[in-house]
Amino acid sequence: MKAILSERNGIAMKVTLQHLTKTFPSRSKKQPEDVVAVQDFSFEIPDGKLIGLLGPSGCGKSTTLNLLSGLLKPTSGRIFFGEDDVTDLPAEHRGVGLVFQNYALYPHLTVKQNITFPLENRKGKDRLTKQQMAEKAMEAAKLVQIEGLMDRKPSELSGGQQQRVAIARALVKMPRILLLDEPLSNLDARLRLQTREEIRRIQRSTGITTVFVTHDQEEAMSISDLIVVMKDGIVQQAGKPQEVYDSPANLFVAKFLGNPPINVFDAQVRSQTLYIGDEAVLPVPGVSDQLVTAAVRPEGFILSEQGALTCNLSGVEVMGRDISVVSTHPNSQNLTIRSIISAETGVAPGKTVRFDLKPAKVFLFSRDDGTRISF
Amino acid sequence: MEKNNPKGWLYLLPAAVFLGFFLVYPLIDVLIYSLEEGFNFASQTYRGVGGYNYAYVLHDPYFLQALKNTFILVIITVPLSTGLALLISVGLSSIRKLRELYQTIYFLPYVTNTLAVGLVFMILFKQTPYTDGLANLVLSWFGAGPVDFIGGPYWAKMFVLCFYTVWVVLPFKILILTSALASVDQTYYNAAKVDGTSRLRVFTRITLPMISPSLFYLVITGFIGAFKAYSDAVALFGTDLNASEMNTIVGYIYDMLYGDSGGYPSYASAAAILLFAIVLTITCINLLVSKKHVHY
Amino acid sequence: MDYEKIEKADARRAAVRKALTYLLLSVWALAVLFPFYWMVLTSVKGYGAYNSEWIPQLYTLSPTLENYTQAFTQVPLAGYFVNTIIFTLATTALMLIVTVLAAFAFARLNFRGRDLAFTLFLSLMMIPTELVVITNFVTITNWDLRNTFLGLILPSVTSVFYIYLLKENFAQIPDELYYAAKVDGTSDLKYLWKVLIPICRPTIITITILKVIECWNSYIWPRLITDDQAYFLVSNGIQEIRENGFGRENIPAMMAAVVVISLPLIVLFLIFRRKIMAGVSRGGVKG
Repeated sequence: MKAILSERNGIAMKVTLQHLTKTFPSRSKKQPEDVVAVQDFSFEIPDGKLIGLLGPSGCGKSTTLNLLSGLLKPTSGRIFFGEDDVTDLPAEHRGVGLVFQNYALYPHLTVKQNITFPLENRKGKDRLTKQQMAEKAMEAAKLVQIEGLMDRKPSELSGGQQQRVAIARALVKMPRILLLDEPLSNLDARLRLQTREEIRRIQRSTGITTVFVTHDQEEAMSISDLIVVMKDGIVQQAGKPQEVYDSPANLFVAKFLGNPPINVFDAQVRSQTLYIGDEAVLPVPGVSDQLVTAAVRPEGFILSEQGALTCNLSGVEVMGRDISVVSTHPNSQNLTIRSIISAETGVAPGKTVRFDLKPAKVFLFSRDDGTRISF
Repeated sequence: MEKNNPKGWLYLLPAAVFLGFFLVYPLIDVLIYSLEEGFNFASQTYRGVGGYNYAYVLHDPYFLQALKNTFILVIITVPLSTGLALLISVGLSSIRKLRELYQTIYFLPYVTNTLAVGLVFMILFKQTPYTDGLANLVLSWFGAGPVDFIGGPYWAKMFVLCFYTVWVVLPFKILILTSALASVDQTYYNAAKVDGTSRLRVFTRITLPMISPSLFYLVITGFIGAFKAYSDAVALFGTDLNASEMNTIVGYIYDMLYGDSGGYPSYASAAAILLFAIVLTITCINLLVSKKHVHY
Repeated sequence: MDYEKIEKADARRAAVRKALTYLLLSVWALAVLFPFYWMVLTSVKGYGAYNSEWIPQLYTLSPTLENYTQAFTQVPLAGYFVNTIIFTLATTALMLIVTVLAAFAFARLNFRGRDLAFTLFLSLMMIPTELVVITNFVTITNWDLRNTFLGLILPSVTSVFYIYLLKENFAQIPDELYYAAKVDGTSDLKYLWKVLIPICRPTIITITILKVIECWNSYIWPRLITDDQAYFLVSNGIQEIRENGFGRENIPAMMAAVVVISLPLIVLFLIFRRKIMAGVSRGGVKG
């Protein structure tokens, strides 16, 4: 892969988004105002990193990707590749590699023809000889380990293989940045796990700045250097996956990340103590008296007979190394509370179960706008 | 769930009767007719059995004229109309404003009576003692003409016939091609765009292969339709096509059956079977060619 | 890389391409519309005015409707119209009954020999009309049905292709619906009428529209089978008008007749535009 890298004009580059906004004209008569798909998106993608753009469907992540690729033009804001302002540059001149959700492999061309397609578009002095094209195609194919399938048609490949061909096609032209749109959503669970490792490996070995879009938080957390969480066109939080997980900026981010999902309670702060129901569960120094939303990660519960929080026990699920205690609480916003406890701790059978809470795993959010209240 | 429900045949009966009388029986009968020599329609008698009818038709100057006309018509109008339809459809799918209006206009000839509008074409092109007609007016702006396109030289008449045929067949082709173009997944174009593919290459390497089944369907039906041309010619040149040298194979068949020179079902049958053989051959050739070039 | 230059060149090329596209589309739109314009224009020019135009005039300042009166009084245009309407309605109605029954039998009923019958039936699609018209002409003549509506209608009723189209549609309806109806004691015919036909309405409308267009424009068979003006359809009527009506030179009156004949289908088309275009793209070939 060194060969590909060395030929690229100016190695991997950072990408800067400044106040990017994209609105679409409304299609329905009931809502005549424009639809805002992305709003005031500012972010700097450091070079050579793998970025996960994460959010529920309709949050504007795919629009952001298309703004990066040049398939869409922003309503306002600027995009820089390195130092170059590419905002108004059409897609065909941006030199990005894009892997589509449905792969968009040309069904009438063989794998080899698909991979060489971008190279054949070049004209003039950039044009490669047939020999060179074949070599580059083979190089890209080897990188994604499909060199044995070069003469097949896409319809003769499995989903995972098609995915690799699509990546090879995006890589063969030595893109300045690589964009992946929901790259794993069309694969079955087992392949998904395997392919995401593969994407990580390919990104590491090429060092190409890569942005990928997904709605699956686990996928994003597991392979990204940085994640950007979006909702309704607005960036909620960006940072290293662990940091975002450990310190969510608002209730949405806290709920969106983590599996099993975070447990949310209606709670109250009185004299610097957090109350869930009538029970004082945690001291929260520096927080004024108010109604709050309290969220507790599943691993934030400590089973204790004298625990501060009393829940009604529904059941226990054994998951090998850990056990999951399922319970309910009248103030819980979730139907059930899931807590992950080490399997060595036994749960005494009974109607109720009591927990202490780990302060680092408990987050408080304003009832009004869901912003974080730190303590 | 009964395995055998003989009532099914009852439902099929009407269709079977109609098809039997007016499709299957005639198919066999036409073969017999074409082989009966010297058939007399009035007395329903014939002299013998053989290939004389075919020989007669193949030596009939009217048939040869019709054959020539039909082949010229096919060779000119099929590629021309398909190409033009492709050009227009591609243009149509690249615009957004006024698109529906254009589509509606383009489709109009499909729902009009070929004979009726043919009359309009005739008066546009015809030279009469009172006027040279509109076509000649346009020609005169370029310092050419006047030419009588309806009663004049052969090439002029053939030009009008081809022009009218293209005008009549284009709506269907535009319709089919626009829907074929619309059904190509937009992401292929996006993928090509990101890869910096030139427009020409997108067209030849992506669009054309993707719509090739529709294109091929149009070529096949276009050939078949053009070989059966008749009403267009009647519309322009009147029913006596032999006199105006503009007869087609189908026209010849009808004239033989029932026209000014008519009353010879045997000759008509022979000509019909010859036409069928030609169309079948051309279609087979088309199919063979398509195996190589059409991507399904 | 000089980005600004690339952007500008791209924008310029796009503008030129757009202009050329609209030019091409407009030229063809004009080519399509012009004959219609000319037809209407000529139909409102006076006989004298038209014949004194050595150079054709692209507009008229003194429109007249006298040609339309002539079209209805001097030739039996109204008669052609009525004939065509009778022919179209009767043929389409019969076609629908025959087609629906046959499609139902092929799609839903299990009887011995069904698949073989369907294969044979499909192979009939390859037979061109030109081949069978000869014998049909003889048959109808022998039955003494020339110059009758029956003679016009009978051979025009069935279409293998429409049966095929409808059968495919019927077959898409899940079997469970049929079995459920059977369990409820619904008869086959009632199931067809109450369930299948309502569900497959779009296809039925499609074939109806296609058949109506086909009937309205049919020329060859009516020409063979009728030589009595009382049974002429509009296509034959227009040909008759051209060769014998109005005296040969009354072009404005001829155009008035052409306008009257073309109008019904055009109006129908403008009303059901989407349905007709969708229907034709699914199953129509002119001719």
